[in-house]
This record gives sequence, C-alpha cells and structure tokens, in this order.
Amino acid sequence: MRIIVCVKQVPDTTEVRLDPVKGTLIREGVPSIMNPDDKAGLEAALRLKDSSGAEVTVITMGPPQAADVLREALAMGADDAVLITDRAFGGADTWATSCTLAAACGRLGYDIIFTGRQAIDGDTAQVGPEMAEHLNIPNVSYAAAIENCGDHLLVKREFEDRYHEVKVNTPCLITALAELNTPRYMTPGGIFDAYREKEITTWTRADLPVEDENIGLKGSPTKVVKSFPKTVKAAGMKIERGVDESVQFIMDKLKEKYIL
Amino acid sequence: MDFTLQKEYKAAQQLFKDFAEKEVKPLAQEIDEQHRFPRETVEKMQKFGFMGIPFPKAYGGQGCDTLTYVLCVEELSKVCATTGVIVSAHTSLCADLIYKHGTEEQKQKYLAPLASGKKLGAFGLTEPGAGTDASGQQTKAVQDGEEYVLNGSKIFITNAGEADVYAVFAMTDASAGTKGISCFIVEKDTPGFTFGTPEKKMGICGSATNELIFSDCRIPKENLVGREGKGFGIAMSTLDGGRIGIAAQALGIAAGALERTVSYVKERKQFGRAIAGFQNTQFTLADMATEVEAARCLVYKAATAKDAKQKFSIDAAMAKLKASRVAEYVTDRAVQLHGGYGYIREYEVERMMRDAKITEIYEGTSEVMKMVISGNLLK
Repeated sequence: MRIIVCVKQVPDTTEVRLDPVKGTLIREGVPSIMNPDDKAGLEAALRLKDSSGAEVTVITMGPPQAADVLREALAMGADDAVLITDRAFGGADTWATSCTLAAACGRLGYDIIFTGRQAIDGDTAQVGPEMAEHLNIPNVSYAAAIENCGDHLLVKREFEDRYHEVKVNTPCLITALAELNTPRYMTPGGIFDAYREKEITTWTRADLPVEDENIGLKGSPTKVVKSFPKTVKAAGMKIERGVDESVQFIMDKLKEKYIL
Repeated sequence: MDFTLQKEYKAAQQLFKDFAEKEVKPLAQEIDEQHRFPRETVEKMQKFGFMGIPFPKAYGGQGCDTLTYVLCVEELSKVCATTGVIVSAHTSLCADLIYKHGTEEQKQKYLAPLASGKKLGAFGLTEPGAGTDASGQQTKAVQDGEEYVLNGSKIFITNAGEADVYAVFAMTDASAGTKGISCFIVEKDTPGFTFGTPEKKMGICGSATNELIFSDCRIPKENLVGREGKGFGIAMSTLDGGRIGIAAQALGIAAGALERTVSYVKERKQFGRAIAGFQNTQFTLADMATEVEAARCLVYKAATAKDAKQKFSIDAAMAKLKASRVAEYVTDRAVQLHGGYGYIREYEVERMMRDAKITEIYEGTSEVMKMVISGNLLK
C-alpha cells in the first residue's frame, strides 16, 4: 500500500499576536510547527504502515524552511519526503495549492492520500477536497476513526452532533481531524536519521505536470485582503438620568466590575 | 567555534521538552509527595528510546551521542529532577559501564535490553564505610567453581529495587587494596540478592534509593566485567561519565527554577505593579540567568569532549562542580523571589530547592570534583 501524507508548516497560532494598528498577524519570533490536523493524518498513515506494511511519503509545498516539518515526519517514521518549493508557487490560494499538490501526488502514485482537515493559519478546509476533485478520487473528510478492512476502508466522519460511517475503496483521499489520534513522539534516533541519513527530494516548477494558470499568485482566484480580530461588543446600556445621578451610577458600575 | 545547537539537536531538544511538559510534569509533585517511583513514565521513556540515547543501534540504542543524552536529562530535570536521575543512573552508570568495559557476550545479554528499553539499570558502589573513600569496599566476591559468591551490602543505590540489572563492585582480594576490587553484573531476583527499606530523602523523593543486600548470592563467573582487580578503575572511569549526566540534571533544575521565576515575577503584583518591575528582581534574575548559561557551557563542553573521544574527566568535574552549585544558588533565589508562595508545595520551586542539594553530593561530592580539578592543575 502506498500512502501520501500532505503536511504544512504553520505558525503556532497559540503564540501569534495581532498588530493592534495594522490588524495583521505578527509572525516574527513565532515558532513554526506541523499543522495539527496534518500530524494526525501522518499518524494515521504510520499506523497503517505498522499494521499493514504500507510505504509512507510525506509532501509539503512551501519555502525551503518547510523541510523541517518533513524531517519531523521522517523522524516519526515516514519513509520518504518531497519538498515542493519554487517562487512560482508563492502566494497560492487553495485552488492553486490543491492543483500543485494534486500534480505531485499524480507523479508519485498512491492508494491513499491523507491531508489535514484544515490549517490553523488558513482555516479554509478546502485543499483536501479540492485535491480529490482534481484527481477524480473519492474524498472522506473529517475523519475521526479509520479501519483498514483489506479491500476497503471504513471511516468515521465526525460532526458536532452526529457521525457517519463511510465505506470507501482506494484510491481515495481522507482529511483528518486532530482528534483522530494522539500522534507518536519522534525518537532521538529517528531525529538523527532524519537529519543525517535521509534525503529529501526537492521538486520545483519544472518537475510538476501543472499549468501556469493554476499555480502561485497568478493562479489564485481568491486573495486574503485583510485579517483582523473579531471585535466583541455587548449591547450596551442607555442611562437617562440627571448628570449627578448618571455619574454616580457609572462610578458604581465601574467599582462593581473592579475597574476602579 | 559555533555555540549554537545544530538542527538535529534542536529537534531532539524540542522532543524532550514536549515529552517533559506532557508526560513528566503532571506527575512531578505527586511522585515527590508520595515518594513514588514513576514506573509509568519510565515505560514511556523506554518505548521512545530515551533509555538508550548514546548507544549504537547494533546494541538496541538510538545511535545518538552524549550531547543528545545531556539535552534529554536537562529537559526532564527542568520539570522533575527525579525523572532526570532515573535516566542518568541507568544510562551513564550501568549501561555505559557495560558498553565500555563488557565483553561482546555481556553487551548482547545486558546492554541490548538496557539500551532498547526492556530493562532498567543501576550501579552499586557505595557502602556504609565506603562513600567518597570508595576503596574501603567490604562486600566480598569469592570464586567457587563456575560461580562467584557475593556477600555484603551497598547503600544509597539509585534505582535499587526497580532496576533489573546491577553493576556491583566487590572485593576479590582484600590484601590488594583498590587493586583487589572487581566489577560484576548481578540480575534482580538472583537468589541471595535482596533490597533494604527504601530511604526517605530530602529531595528527588520519587527516585528509589535503597540498600542492596548480598547473602551467599551466586552469580555466573561470566558476569565478571573486565578482569579481577580492575573494578576500581572501571568504577572511576564510569563515574567520570556519570558526572556529565548529573551536571545535566543540576543544569535542568536550575534552568527550570529560572523559567518558573521569570513567569511568576511578571504576574505577582506588589505596591501597584509587577515585581518584575523592581530592579532588585531584575538584577537577581540577570545573575541567575548568567550562572545558568555558564553552567550550560561547561556541561555541553564536557559532553562534546566525550563525544569527540577527547579526555573529558576535568571537563566533567568542572561541569558537575559548577552546575550543582548553580542549581543550589538559582533555586534558593527562586524561592526568595517567590516570597511566601515559594515555600508552598504547589509552586514547585521549594521542591527544586530540595532536589538541588543532592547534585553536590552524589556521583562524587563537590570536594572530590575539586580534588580532581586541582590534581590536574598541580601535576
């Protein structure tokens, strides 16, 4: 069985702050991590490898430093890693990203593709299902449990108030929830092997059978204009009293809320 | 000279940090209060290869090095000094002894399960009358045909009762002084090998510290490590490496106490502001941080020297001497900056202060470190 896992290097959004003036994310000094949903997908693939002897390849599209998440995946037990990196892919939205990753998967060959449900920096949850459409394979999203039944997979899709059990044949694409499993720790030896012994294959624009109009910024029909925090406003209270009474009322309220 | 950690070491450090935060820290206070050996944590560490970090894969180890092992002990000790010493005693004092001095058969039989996480190790040298003066061994080993018969006892042995494999020292020739000491491997459950009552200690309370008692304990003669009379040299060279592990533990204790204190002083308000705003706090933290970094440099230097197969005894002695002193100083200041809360169990720094003291004592007291360092200077 051949499994491809798509992973993304993302800023650890628990540490990200918002610039109060520009309303944009301050990314400097923020540590980068493997997207949690993707890590669950990787763990699911590794469990299939443990039980059925699958070969697991991890791929990522990103700048050169994204190789770190591939090293982490190799240290966890993935067999191979491919870094898809080129200026031509920069600025991609989910359409362009999914076209690029689908082309890479097509070139590698697969029985199962795992992606995370969504990335914690983009939050679109679109790339996985879009990839399945490009590749014309079934997509089972929001996977909370996976069972390998030999000639098919049984996947439990989890929603807020219910779940589905879906039987799917391979090849297929599954998007994983972080709740799917508890990813294994790397081992110290796995880390050393990942950094010192294993090679990461690098693919650039020239290596992928994909059209120019479907990659990078130019191939992106959508664009993020602005990110800003949600401003929470309560309904407010209208006070219609005399001046002195109103002042006293406000002072009492501020003391009640420990502001004074 | 590059003082930054390369990527694989940073990745390993992050692994140990994550593991320590998620698996070790939640139990730290409980095992200290209950004087409970954290068997469940040891099993997890065995599963993820933390108990065989510097040993070759051919012997079931992780194929990493001393620096990686030091990073592990440091990160574990930041949250729990007990867990740090369990790894250190097992790795440096038992497994490394067999790796450096054992025969191929002994390595296959004992090192492989130790390094691969199937068994836990311990080191039995100290006796009631033989602490710093390790030459005063009273435990005896007499050859009888295909076996040695051990009689005597050891005290203050880390991992005692919990470990499966023990490197033990005994006198095979009482007339030869230190040249009459030999080293043996003894397995738990060998008839005639029992344990005393666990010691209740000032700190590292979850670490099993116990007597080993040998009463006509028969072991195969193949369990002699090296040759008769070579035991003292084996013990001393093993303790050299062990010092790096304890230095890493002390460094971790100090670094953990510093981190907690930095967080605390930002939150604690007195006189209308966070105490982090007062110069006394700031200057004290600056001193603490500088001492921690100085200790770190010495510990990593000793580990790197060992990995480069250079002589490292002096580096190891300096690292342990400095790091243990820093652990005491930093934890003392940490409690002081916490004020009354620093004296309260759940704020953790009081436990760190109690844990720190032993690092000046075991695996060679600070006074012994000074003997080693000055002996080298004045030769």
